[in-house]
Amino acid sequence: MNDPETAFGLLATARYAPRLRLERSEVFAQHRWMAPGLKSLAKGQRAIANWDEDAVTMAVEAGRALLAAAPARGATELTLASTTLPFADRLNAGIVAAALGLAATAVVRDVASSARAALTELIACLRHPAPETTRIVVASERRSARPASAQELIFGDGAAAAGVGTGRALATFVTAHSVHADLVDHFRQAGEAYDYGWEERWVRDEGYLKIAAGAVLQCLADAGVAAADVAHFALPAALPKVNEAVARRVGIAAAALVPTAAATIGELGGAEPLALLDTALRAAAPGALILVAAFGSGCDVLLLKRSAVPCPGDVPDAGKPETSYLKYLSFTGQIALAWGMRAEMDNKPALTAAWRDHARTERFEGGTCSRCGTVQFPLSRLCVNPECKAQDTQQPVSFADRPARVLSHTSDFLAYTPAPPFQFGHIDFDGGGRVLMEFADTDRDELRVGLPLRMVYRIKDLDAARGFRRYFWKATPLRGAALLS
Amino acid sequence: MASGIRDKVAIIGMGCTRFGERWDAGPEDLMLEAFNEALADAGIRGAQIEAAWFGVCLEENNVGKTAGPLAQALRLPRIAATRVENACATGTEALRGAAYAVAAGAYDIVLALGVEKLKDTGYGGLPVRTRGVANDLWLPNSTAPGAFAQLASAYAAKHRVAMPDLKRAMAHISVKSHANAALNPKAHLRNKITIDDVLGAMTIAAPLGLYDCSGVSDGAACAILTTPEIARALRRDAEIVTIKALEVSVSNGEEAGFQGWDGAHIATARVAGARAYAAAGITDPRAQIDLAEVHDCFSITEAVLMEDLGFSAPGRVIHDVLDGVFDLAGALPVEPDGGLKCFGHPIGASGLRMVYEVYQQLHGRAGERQLRRVDRGLTQNLGGHPHQNVCAVSIIGRMGA
Repeated sequence: MNDPETAFGLLATARYAPRLRLERSEVFAQHRWMAPGLKSLAKGQRAIANWDEDAVTMAVEAGRALLAAAPARGATELTLASTTLPFADRLNAGIVAAALGLAATAVVRDVASSARAALTELIACLRHPAPETTRIVVASERRSARPASAQELIFGDGAAAAGVGTGRALATFVTAHSVHADLVDHFRQAGEAYDYGWEERWVRDEGYLKIAAGAVLQCLADAGVAAADVAHFALPAALPKVNEAVARRVGIAAAALVPTAAATIGELGGAEPLALLDTALRAAAPGALILVAAFGSGCDVLLLKRSAVPCPGDVPDAGKPETSYLKYLSFTGQIALAWGMRAEMDNKPALTAAWRDHARTERFEGGTCSRCGTVQFPLSRLCVNPECKAQDTQQPVSFADRPARVLSHTSDFLAYTPAPPFQFGHIDFDGGGRVLMEFADTDRDELRVGLPLRMVYRIKDLDAARGFRRYFWKATPLRGAALLS
Repeated sequence: MASGIRDKVAIIGMGCTRFGERWDAGPEDLMLEAFNEALADAGIRGAQIEAAWFGVCLEENNVGKTAGPLAQALRLPRIAATRVENACATGTEALRGAAYAVAAGAYDIVLALGVEKLKDTGYGGLPVRTRGVANDLWLPNSTAPGAFAQLASAYAAKHRVAMPDLKRAMAHISVKSHANAALNPKAHLRNKITIDDVLGAMTIAAPLGLYDCSGVSDGAACAILTTPEIARALRRDAEIVTIKALEVSVSNGEEAGFQGWDGAHIATARVAGARAYAAAGITDPRAQIDLAEVHDCFSITEAVLMEDLGFSAPGRVIHDVLDGVFDLAGALPVEPDGGLKCFGHPIGASGLRMVYEVYQQLHGRAGERQLRRVDRGLTQNLGGHPHQNVCAVSIIGRMGA
């Protein structure tokens, strides 16, 4: 505690946006015949999860970015917040924690049911300091919306994460305020695919301008802070200008509103509060007050004070424009295309085998031979090095964060995949290890021998017959800044 | 000290069905068709066969498990019969089991038969299937063209050749095999094609196009084996064809998981080839082998195998292919019967089909595609994928050659 910057508070935040960015104009072009009113929303792009991404895999990516920025120390807790968790009964946060390599003793939990669930959790972490514990809150959302609904254009897929603990804190807790109110602006019964929402003007007037504005004012009063002193105000709202109206109502300057990524990524639902928090922290000057609110069955408000510690890590890049609306409908299961008989393969999981080899798939665990040093995958009883072949000498090693390169590759148009072509190849890892792997988020003509790669955690196969999905790591090209560093 | 099987086993009869989309024939029909030809060729009675080896790979798509389907189809008189499976090298594995039993002195006359009924799946290409429940957790569900396409990308990078140059040589290989199959009435694909047909075809698994891929066929092939002494006693005047070498090499995971392999060759083919040459006393394969039937499941596979088997110097196969070395009229004809590419590829039968062509050429019975002088032929049969496979190499020739 000798470092003057050591404090209990927010240690890092991170955002993840899927690479594909669906052009809203392409969506509107298909709906214009019956829903010309969508034109006002048909600008910019929204992030869409690839077929092999869900709330779990996006949470893993946000979590990896967070841990790269601020490694977990001491005991660890992980909370996964989402209204679109893939499993109703299987600890989704446990899948994320395992992929992140968190200790088996980490306390993990799922929270759900509201767009403010993540902020509720973050407030609880900040309000009750546990100095020796690193607490991670990850929010991730992959919501479906009925074709031609406004939500289809407004929503975005993505994830965001925040880490709380003692260290070089980016921001410290000032105060927080929460209210609950069963004002049903929208709902989604368990098992239903789509939200059902009430009139937007009522939601604005009775919800945001009364419940949210009231909670913000109470929070400021509790802290003894004047609204004019709030430098950054983040309030997720799917409707345009609602946050402006709330700011005006409570007396916060319009210039303090944290800009959203609505134009390029979309509204992230349960992940939006943490995503806006990340944006605010990166923009805030030392000492600035940041107010983050989240509305949904009530309202949470969190007031933070920014420190001088610089924000680690990067923000999502511009992604890749996607112009096929039908591809989006197929990825989200809203249209059933003729995939042919090759798609009929039974992907029944052997849960016994999955558990036996769980470290292999969760953490991409291979082995390092303690006799000859050969790094290999999978971890095996006998060393793969033909000059060694030593027995039971391998120490576990994770390939998840190791750089790699393409040895050979193909784009296979015969194999079934929900996103043809099926791309795979032999991958050589720097420092040893070779794996035959699938590629993710790779363009058709992008593969070449020697291409630098990084690993991402994705859905490997879906078992539609039993409602199961299995995950594994895939290779994706290093691009942009990551390639240069 | 083991002395190998050179000239210890004679082939006295062979049969092979027409390969193709045999919609009206079940596996029993195919087995009987091949067996009748072999029995007539050998000039023996079925009751003289003492044991049988039965090769079928994807039994779930056709006959089911065990050697029972063979015994039933041929009404074998409750003799010993063994089913073998080693992926696409299954046919050679059946031959190997039978040959070793004769060489060991366990039996006088035995049968090796391979069959595959692939066209009962409802779609083109090989059937999709599990790789085992633990492997399915992480291994890509790759197709055969996808797996073998890897060779092309790695070969081009290793030898610093432009992909269009490699593709042109690959196209020449396919054009050659179609031309050969046009002379073979039992072949599945008998149409002649051009280089432009190959280069302009739809992509299956980049860089492999439709014509870089072999046919998926129904068919059966078989061999009746005995000792050279019994063969001589059965046919005083006949040319005795013997097995000079029959070697198998199996990947142990090194190519797949250790960075020593370059991804551009078939490691097991080099091992099995070297062992077979040593067993058969061959020191200069390009000069001493008169024809070769290799596992041309894809054009690139044939290309790299030419180097692995010592027919081309490392990195030189493109030049040899384009110079016509492996054409029917070339110095070392490869796939004179059309190969997997055009004779077709009923998996369990393919290894025996390769031997059938060498056998026919040795006897001068290869019709329009008959080569001038054949003393020795090589077959190379590959099961699995480039990085993980079973590779079988046989050398078949005249007694004493």
